[in-house]
Amino acid sequence: MAATFASSSSPSLIDTLFQRSLDDVIRALRSSSSAALEAAAIARALDEIRREIRSPDLDTKVVALQKLTYLASLHHFDMSWAAFHALELLPSTSLPHPRAAYLAASLSFHPSSTDLLPLATHQLRKHLAPSPSNSPALAAPALHLLALASSPNLARHLAPDLLPILSSQSSSNLLRPKAVATALRALAVCPDAAPILFKPLVECLSLSSDPRAVSAAIGAFCELALAAPDPSPYLPLAPEFYRLLVDSRNNWVTIKVLKIFSRLASLEPRVAARIVDPVCELLRCSPAKSLVFECIRTVFSSLLDHDAAVRLAVDKIKEFLASDDDPNLRYLGLQALNMLGPAHSWAVEDSREVVIQALNDTDTNIRREALRLIMVNLCDSNVVDICNMLIKYAIKSDPEFANEIIDSVLATCGRNVYELIVDFDWYVSLLGEMVRNPHFAKGDETERQLVDIGLRVRDARPELIHVARNLLIDPALLGNPFLCRVLSAAAWVSGEYVEFSRNPLELVEALLQPRTNLLPPFVRAVYVQAVFKILAYSFISFIEQIQAGESLAIGNSLNQRGKQEGSDLLAAKSSSDQNNAFEIGHGVATADNAILFDSIEKQEIFKHESISCLLNLIETVVGPLSECDEVEVQERARNVLGLVLIIRGTQFWNIEEEHELTRDNKITKIVELMEAAFSEELGPVSTNAQKRVSVPEGLILNENLSDLLDILGDDGISPCASVSFSFRNHHPTETNKDSASAIEPNSLLSEHRKRHGLYYLPMDNDKSESNDYPCASEPLLPVSHGEDTEDIVKLPAQSLIPEKEKPTRTRPVVIRLDEGDGVLSANLATARESKHDLLSGAIRDVLLRNEKKPSSMHETSPPDRTSQRRENDACENSELISQQKESNSFGDREHGNSSSRKSRPHHKERIESSEQNEEKSHRHSGKSSRHHRRHKHRQREDAPLDIVPQAPVIQDFLL
Amino acid sequence: MIHFVILFSRQGKVRLTKWYSPYQQKERSTVIRELSGLILTRGPKLCNFVEWKGYKVVYRRYASLYFCICIDPDDNELEMLEITHHFVEILDRYFGSVCELDLIFNFHKAYYILDEILIAGELQESSKKTVARLIAAQDSLAETAKGEAGSISNMILQSM
Repeated sequence: MAATFASSSSPSLIDTLFQRSLDDVIRALRSSSSAALEAAAIARALDEIRREIRSPDLDTKVVALQKLTYLASLHHFDMSWAAFHALELLPSTSLPHPRAAYLAASLSFHPSSTDLLPLATHQLRKHLAPSPSNSPALAAPALHLLALASSPNLARHLAPDLLPILSSQSSSNLLRPKAVATALRALAVCPDAAPILFKPLVECLSLSSDPRAVSAAIGAFCELALAAPDPSPYLPLAPEFYRLLVDSRNNWVTIKVLKIFSRLASLEPRVAARIVDPVCELLRCSPAKSLVFECIRTVFSSLLDHDAAVRLAVDKIKEFLASDDDPNLRYLGLQALNMLGPAHSWAVEDSREVVIQALNDTDTNIRREALRLIMVNLCDSNVVDICNMLIKYAIKSDPEFANEIIDSVLATCGRNVYELIVDFDWYVSLLGEMVRNPHFAKGDETERQLVDIGLRVRDARPELIHVARNLLIDPALLGNPFLCRVLSAAAWVSGEYVEFSRNPLELVEALLQPRTNLLPPFVRAVYVQAVFKILAYSFISFIEQIQAGESLAIGNSLNQRGKQEGSDLLAAKSSSDQNNAFEIGHGVATADNAILFDSIEKQEIFKHESISCLLNLIETVVGPLSECDEVEVQERARNVLGLVLIIRGTQFWNIEEEHELTRDNKITKIVELMEAAFSEELGPVSTNAQKRVSVPEGLILNENLSDLLDILGDDGISPCASVSFSFRNHHPTETNKDSASAIEPNSLLSEHRKRHGLYYLPMDNDKSESNDYPCASEPLLPVSHGEDTEDIVKLPAQSLIPEKEKPTRTRPVVIRLDEGDGVLSANLATARESKHDLLSGAIRDVLLRNEKKPSSMHETSPPDRTSQRRENDACENSELISQQKESNSFGDREHGNSSSRKSRPHHKERIESSEQNEEKSHRHSGKSSRHHRRHKHRQREDAPLDIVPQAPVIQDFLL
Repeated sequence: MIHFVILFSRQGKVRLTKWYSPYQQKERSTVIRELSGLILTRGPKLCNFVEWKGYKVVYRRYASLYFCICIDPDDNELEMLEITHHFVEILDRYFGSVCELDLIFNFHKAYYILDEILIAGELQESSKKTVARLIAAQDSLAETAKGEAGSISNMILQSM
């Protein structure tokens, strides 16, 4: 501050006389045409303001502050540095000065960063004080500022000053509603203020109050009840709210009352029963859409047990949905249906066509809401139809929405470990289908689910590998950057579950096809690793086949029984997993057939030549990759090549006679080794798995590694600059290209094209072009909205509602881990809740103390507030029960005294237990007539105690 | 409750901002940038609600100005539209067929009017007449005060 003081010249008279007004500054800003000019104009204005605001002349100061306020609120310049100058103007006697100061402060002060406001405590107090000389023109902005920027301390200090305004009864007092709003904020920041502020707030609700004060108070209570984690402290006020619900002619007030009731009704079923009629009445008659909508929301959130009300609300929603000219109503209608949830899916079913039409709305928000609605109502019996419909629809819709559809299908189907999915074969093929959507961009989640299903659902593996094969074999998919994650998953699946593949050799060919060099290295690494697994598997199967064949031959020569054993052996060895799968899926009868079929096919495939051919192919394609400068790819490529070398190196490999092979010990060893390497099945890993691993002894995890830096730094060589590496591939990029062109000479590509022509474009162009790849994603299909809707509506008679069809097949086993899966973040807003707990605790105390006072003077002054009556009764009921247990008969007097004496020290627990007990007592009364009689008896005895037996409004109301 | 009220023009120029929940100055400008980007791209005849970071923003265009109100998800959107309209009608009554320029040159008046309608994110005054009367009373007070202290001679005297 001192520095700025010195640098800029001090304010002079000239500044004061020729000060630019706010209008001048605004004009200057408006006339600056470019952004640069505007910035310059702002900078100049700020310079002036900094000088002028220190002027001793208050008028000059005010104008400067106004200009600063303008710049701060509309151009977002920080004005916290001027906070003190704003406060300086508060005591001025000229009305516009403090008003401008209040405006500046309320726009810029921030509860967390403005620490200067306590300096103004005295001034605020003065402005709030109710004296005739004090103009409301100052008290109003003071209240406003307090509401926006007060800290807990300030709120505590100034709460008593709000009281006179809050409790003034004159209807001309325009400040009262403002004070209510301020009191609400004060309660929010400082729950300690509840004992002072809560009672006057409650009084604002009373009949005699000014309607403005009532409306403000309702707003405040609505805010409090909605924010409180436990709204039960507000339950005693229900009669007041009910009166307002019935009497109020102000829609905005009624809306707030409805909000409060929707919160309270969940606590107390009798409240719900009581408000149903007025709510229905409003639903039927109110012309205001906002009110009708609020009624619908109230019904859907807390009156779901009342069928007539729900029907009425659903009818209203239909009206909303049918309003073609008002997108707002359509949107809100869908949103309200969303609140109903799957339990009332009949309501969605009723408006099925409209909902599906809404998928095609011009407004993305409406489409999104419709999608959400459909997804919420998805269940295991309609998931197939709906998802098929949606994925088909996604192909025709615009990119953004297509991905939203895909996203929500993935999210909904994957929810809680695929709980909706019964038919995993269908789901896996759906995944394969959605990947082909030209706009598809949800690679990560699809990748995760493909792998996850493979790990968790054994029965889905055959279909999974089928889908993976279809994805891998299509060269058109390789160039699409969004698909590489999916392809990586497909490659992993193809390697891991190769035993379910009909044709492993085809898989290898797909994995090594020329275009794979378009893939990023990390996917390529997965591809190469998959090749490794498939090669190992093929080789093992080949050898086992020969061994089995030998034993078969031996068995043949021995007897018929031996032969059967041999084929069993073969079956068990070559496809033990599949064996299991089929046994579960189709029963034992079909299993035999399948195994037979399988083994026949395998015998055809794993011939000596085919394996040789495989080895050749791998050598040709993977060979260049061993020089790749990506470590992952290079290392895995070398692994594969190593395996090829070992196989080739065996003694009898070159001998054509197959049966000779098994004589080689080395081969048996390789087979054993390979089997051991891949026999262990990978399973899903719990998210908590890491925690269960104990830290080995001697390992200090949080040891500081900074001294390593010194060692490394001493070398002066960066560790990665290893010379030998750069020697090997001295032109990394070039080699890359070279190898790329080496891998896929035209002959390879054209051969691939010949074999898989179906995936290539027809060869109608000249030779040079024929070797180009087809473009990865096809040009967008033209979107024609009109047709789509018809299509969509016509689409299979899919109903959103589950038609109870018999489950055609049982759901396969899905592996679930204990705690790790589907974890819900349970403890989210705990901090917030604790604060509100404080508040509602404080409020409960206030209400309770109100009640305690009269109850202790039971005989002299009857409780004047209805709610207190109820609490008293509740207390006595609980007391009653405890005493009944003791089976003592007390005199009236004695009992009344003991009750008030006992209850005082722990009234907080008392109120809770009394509620329970009250319930209990009702139950008791239903069950046992003896208790009931006693209860009655007790009440009769009680009656004379109340000198003025007031109508117990709450009980009436509730019962 | 209402978290903030923002007015901006079709070009994205901010005309009025009022924050009822604590937002730092930096957050404020990012909020405005995001919201104006979100809302200005929406075509006409679409619904007036946008979901934004777990809140709902109710907006409505009057002539070249967009009025936006940010509320909690359980608040009533239609009510907010009505309040917006209420605010616009009061502005209209005060300025006499209000236009963007009125708000630009009388931005503090616009704030005073808004402060009569909303306090602490709660609706205050549902009567147009009362608001008009209150604002007129404030104006006359301010005018008399200015008359007393506004002349140049006064300024010279004070600064001497």
